[in-house]
Amino acid sequence: MGRRHRCPGCDYIYDEQQGDAHEGYPPGTSFESLPEEFTCPDCAVRYKEDFRLIAE
Amino acid sequence: MSTTYEIMHPEQGRIAYTDKKRYLWMSSLLLPLFPLLGMALYFAYGSQWFLAIPLLFSYGVIPLLDYAFGSDENNPPEEIVPQLEQDTYYRLLTWFTVPLHFIVLIAIAWFVGTQDLTVWSILALAFTAGSYSGLGINTAHELGHKKPRFERWLAKIVLAVPAYGHFCIEHNRGHHCDVATPEDPASARMGESIYKFARREIPGAFKRGWTVEKDRLARLGKGEWSVHNEILQSYAISAVLQGGLIIAFGWVMIPFLAIHNFWAWYQLTSANYIEHYGLLRRKEANGRYERCQPYHSWNANYIFSNILLFHLERHSDHHANPTRRYQSLRNFDDIPELPNGYYGMYLLAYIPWLWYKVMDKRVLALPHIRGDLDKVNIDPDRRAEIVAKYGNRQRVVLAH
Repeated sequence: MGRRHRCPGCDYIYDEQQGDAHEGYPPGTSFESLPEEFTCPDCAVRYKEDFRLIAE
Repeated sequence: MSTTYEIMHPEQGRIAYTDKKRYLWMSSLLLPLFPLLGMALYFAYGSQWFLAIPLLFSYGVIPLLDYAFGSDENNPPEEIVPQLEQDTYYRLLTWFTVPLHFIVLIAIAWFVGTQDLTVWSILALAFTAGSYSGLGINTAHELGHKKPRFERWLAKIVLAVPAYGHFCIEHNRGHHCDVATPEDPASARMGESIYKFARREIPGAFKRGWTVEKDRLARLGKGEWSVHNEILQSYAISAVLQGGLIIAFGWVMIPFLAIHNFWAWYQLTSANYIEHYGLLRRKEANGRYERCQPYHSWNANYIFSNILLFHLERHSDHHANPTRRYQSLRNFDDIPELPNGYYGMYLLAYIPWLWYKVMDKRVLALPHIRGDLDKVNIDPDRRAEIVAKYGNRQRVVLAH
C-alpha cells in the first residue's frame, strides 16, 4: 500500500500508488524520489518539504 | 433575493453569511455590451466618434466609479468559505464568460472588415477588442488556478483569443513560486518603469512557461514539439481563430489582430506591474525565499473594479490560497493597499514619474519595510540613485 502525502495549503494529495500522470510521475513513484524542487501541482506555493504524510 | 450560508460551529455557535455581491457578479455576462456599444451607436447615429466610448469607459469612467463607490466591506468568514466554494452558480459565470470572448473579438473583426472606417476608428476598435481580451486573460487566470481539469481546459481555450496560451502554466508554476523576488520577470522592481518592465516581463514569462512545460513533457518521455504540449494546444486554437479572421476579413486583420493581441497582453503586464511593485521576500538560510506573505502583494478593495475583475484585486489572499475561488477571496486590514482600483493604477503606471511619486513612498512606509531599502525589490540599474535619494532611513520613517 503506497503512502499518501497532503499539501497543507490546498489539500492536494500525492498518492504513491497512483503517482501523478499529468505531471509525469508514473504509478509507484515514491514521494522520496520526487525531485527536490517539486512544488504542489495544484497550488504551486508549497514545496516538497511542506507536504505531510497522511496517517493511515 | 439572496442566499444565506450558515454553519453551526462547535465553539462559536451559528455563523451566517449573506453574499451581497452574489448577483453583481452577473455583470461579467453584461460586460461584452461595452465593447459592442460603440458599434451599436455608430449604426444608430452614423458617427465614428462613438467608437471611442468603450475606451473612455475603461480608462476614464472606471477609475471614477471606483472612487465614487469606494471600498467593499463584504468579507466571507473563513468557516463559510467551503460552502461558498461549492456553490455552482459562481463557477457557471466564469464558464459562460469564455464564449463571450470569442463572440466579441469576431464581432469587432467583422465590423472592421466590412465597414468603411478611418484609420483612427480601426485603432480604437483594436484597442477596445484588446481591452476586452485582457479581461479574457483575467478569466483564464481565475479558471486556470482551479483543480477541475475542465476549468483548466476552459482557461486554455479563452487564452487562445489573445494568443497567450503559455500564461496559465507560466503564472501558476512560475510566478506563484517566484513572486516578489528579483528572479521573477512578473514582479516589478522599485524604480523600474512599466515600459522597462514590459520588456523583461513579456519575453521572461514566455521563456519560463515554455521551460516548465518542456520539463513536464520530458518527465512524460515526450518532446516539446508534441500535441501534448498544452501551450501549443492553446496556440493552435489561436491560429485557427485568428487565421480564420484574416481569411474572412482580409489583410486589415493583420494590424488589427497585432494591436489587439499586444493590448490584451499589456493589460496583463499592467496588472503584474502594479501587483507586487517593489515588494521583496526575504531569503532564508536554506536558500529558499520565505513563503509569500500577505504583505507581498498590493491590493485594491474597490468594489466596482473588483466586480469587473473577479476579485483579482484581493491579491494577497489569492497568493496565500491560489486555488480559492473568486467569490471567497477576502480583504484584510494592514495589507499593502493601492490608492485606486487597478484601472486607475494602470493609468498612473503609464506616467512613470507620477507613479514613482505616488508609490515609492508607499513602498517605504509599509510596516515590514519602514524605510529599509534592503527589504525592497529595487531595479539594480537604479539602486545607487534610489539609495542616494532615500538612504536616510530615519527621514523616511519620520515622514510617515
